[in-house]
Amino acid sequence: MKYSSEYRDAHAAQGYAHEIRRTTRHPWTIMEICGGQTHAIVKFGLDELLPKEIELVHGPGCPVCVTPLELIDKAVQIAERKNVIFCSFGDMLRVPGSEVDLFGIKARGGDVRILYSPLDALKIAKENPTKEVVFFAVGFETTAPAHAMAVYQAKQQGIKNFSVLVSHVLVPPAMEAILGSETNRVQGFLAAGHVCAIMGYDEYIPIAAKYKVPIVVTGFEPLDILQGIAMCVAQLEEGRHVVENQYTRAVTEGGNHPAQHYIKEVFTVVNRKWRGIGEIGMSGLGLRPEYAEFDAELRFDVSGYTAEESPLCISGLIMQGQKKPHECSAFGKQCTPEKPLGAPMVSNEGACAAYYRYRRAELAAGAALTSAGAKGEV
Amino acid sequence: MSAIKDFTLTCPLPITDYPTVTLAHGGGGKLMHQLIEKMILPAFKSPLLETRHDGAVFSLGGARLAFTTDSYVVNPLFFPGGDIGSLAINGTVNDLSMCGARPMYLSCGFILEEGLPMETLWAVVQSLKQAAEVAGVQLVTGDTKVVDRGKGDGIFINTAGVGLIEHDLTIAPASVKAGDVVLLSGDVGRHGIAIMAMRQGLEFESKIESDCAPLNLAVQALMDGKVGVHCLRDLTRGGLGTTLIEIAEATGLQILIDELKIPVRDDVAGACEVLGFDPLYLANEGRMIVFVPENEAAKALELLRGSPNTAGAVEIGRVTGERGGLVKMKSRIGTTRIIDMLSGEQLPRIC
Repeated sequence: MKYSSEYRDAHAAQGYAHEIRRTTRHPWTIMEICGGQTHAIVKFGLDELLPKEIELVHGPGCPVCVTPLELIDKAVQIAERKNVIFCSFGDMLRVPGSEVDLFGIKARGGDVRILYSPLDALKIAKENPTKEVVFFAVGFETTAPAHAMAVYQAKQQGIKNFSVLVSHVLVPPAMEAILGSETNRVQGFLAAGHVCAIMGYDEYIPIAAKYKVPIVVTGFEPLDILQGIAMCVAQLEEGRHVVENQYTRAVTEGGNHPAQHYIKEVFTVVNRKWRGIGEIGMSGLGLRPEYAEFDAELRFDVSGYTAEESPLCISGLIMQGQKKPHECSAFGKQCTPEKPLGAPMVSNEGACAAYYRYRRAELAAGAALTSAGAKGEV
Repeated sequence: MSAIKDFTLTCPLPITDYPTVTLAHGGGGKLMHQLIEKMILPAFKSPLLETRHDGAVFSLGGARLAFTTDSYVVNPLFFPGGDIGSLAINGTVNDLSMCGARPMYLSCGFILEEGLPMETLWAVVQSLKQAAEVAGVQLVTGDTKVVDRGKGDGIFINTAGVGLIEHDLTIAPASVKAGDVVLLSGDVGRHGIAIMAMRQGLEFESKIESDCAPLNLAVQALMDGKVGVHCLRDLTRGGLGTTLIEIAEATGLQILIDELKIPVRDDVAGACEVLGFDPLYLANEGRMIVFVPENEAAKALELLRGSPNTAGAVEIGRVTGERGGLVKMKSRIGTTRIIDMLSGEQLPRIC
């Protein structure tokens, strides 16, 4: 298939792997930010191709994973109301709330719908004027423009029965939180290509300089990731720490200006709670006061609610690169994709789900499992 | 009162994780398998049921027969490449074929929703008739019920079928042996994407049609050609991945497949990229995998390729000598990974 098969070529992959082995002299810990990259790494077994000195740790870039429990509960509370049509991207439906997930609400008779675009929710709102239509606006910078556009159009068109439950988070503050931690192990980053396609990468330049870490904007196909690792390793070995762009076919330094315009029009930067990590200052997006009428938390009066997360789930440590999924005592036991304790076990992009799906049997067979393991993860 | 108490003591609800049925229980993944294992199999203890084949195989009056049933609920009722009528015939024909049987007689039960346009029903009936003719089976008994408006989704259809087994082979997972070659009868994932595209109003450059088709002629060709088939299994809801895992788990052997050998049409692969789906888990309605001894693989492939609905048959892998009931796949970049069963249906991703 055009634009994907050429980035999955075995010969080229071996070429990059050889290049990385040739360059690597010291042990390095590199974090891929995005959950999509994590899944590609585990799905294609890319870490098998790396020398033992290179350890990949998995970052917080899975929107499903970092959405706090209380927000899932709020979604559930809204979705179970009689006159509500609750719309969401598919992979939020299986994320466990304190008591039930959105699939459970659907099973109980709630009108919960899977959509591909928030603009479809706007259409549903127009078609169902007597219902309240709520979209679960979850994600990083990647999905923010589409959510912003839906809210913007709702205001322009005077659609009163539409609102969004916002849980938007931003990548750079999360990177700073990881780098600022005393227990940080991350020495280089593969930045999330899709986030940068929207935002560009100039906001990473001060982070690379301040913390002396190389940051390589990287795509999602196997060859993208291997090339990103090769670029990151080259910087580490040479003692450089700048922002480089591997994903040039999608990302420019300044990003997508019209998309940024709508984000700024509708959203403002706010403090956000991250599942398993806690609150990070100025790390997310919330609706501007001019758009407060579209805030589902206010409309349904759920803004004061809080919830405690399972003490067994160590998702916060996993998403900060301090632990691997299989190092969690609940992994594969109390926590499975059928009965998840935390979101990383559910999501398509969750590190725990990736390990469970592709690595479980090997892990059970007792391969080397230490976090600072000799070779990658297993 | 005490009787009820005793009942609860001796018959605890076998599945306590979910107090209500969710859609994932019908998704062909792990939750559905749990439902079968924990609730259905223990309740109806039967050696025939325990085989967990696509149909039951037994002898009756000197003849070996296969017997199966399936219910069809699909939204939309009509989709590119098929409709609920052709699905209801082909699904049951294929389940019988997977037992190595020649499908003969089918029943058809309708559950109709009040208000269904008569024209729609007529179109479905015509489709059933046509699909039965193509597959060479007869619809010989049936039933019709109507439920209140809002209590059904237009039409639900159940078909059951009986087929005749005219050979001595035991076509079942238990017959699969280390060294067997795994054949796949054609490209995968088209039914899943065709339905998804209709449901979500997605449009692609080319029209993706369901692969819905009867497989009995291809199976008959294998039987007539005296191929010593070990196992047949049609790929339905859970897709190629789930079907391979079912066989691996049933045999306790490992299956190794090669990603590059699995045919996926470009448009299906493209849709998967957009939606975040893995073609390995997409539904199919006219595809099967065939386990044959290595020395018969070439002949089996030739016979399959000569039959209209399996012309795209290919070899995709082998049953290895290793134990563990796992499916592994050599990826296109040369690494190896485990193929795992999904919990329920695939969910479209966020970004």
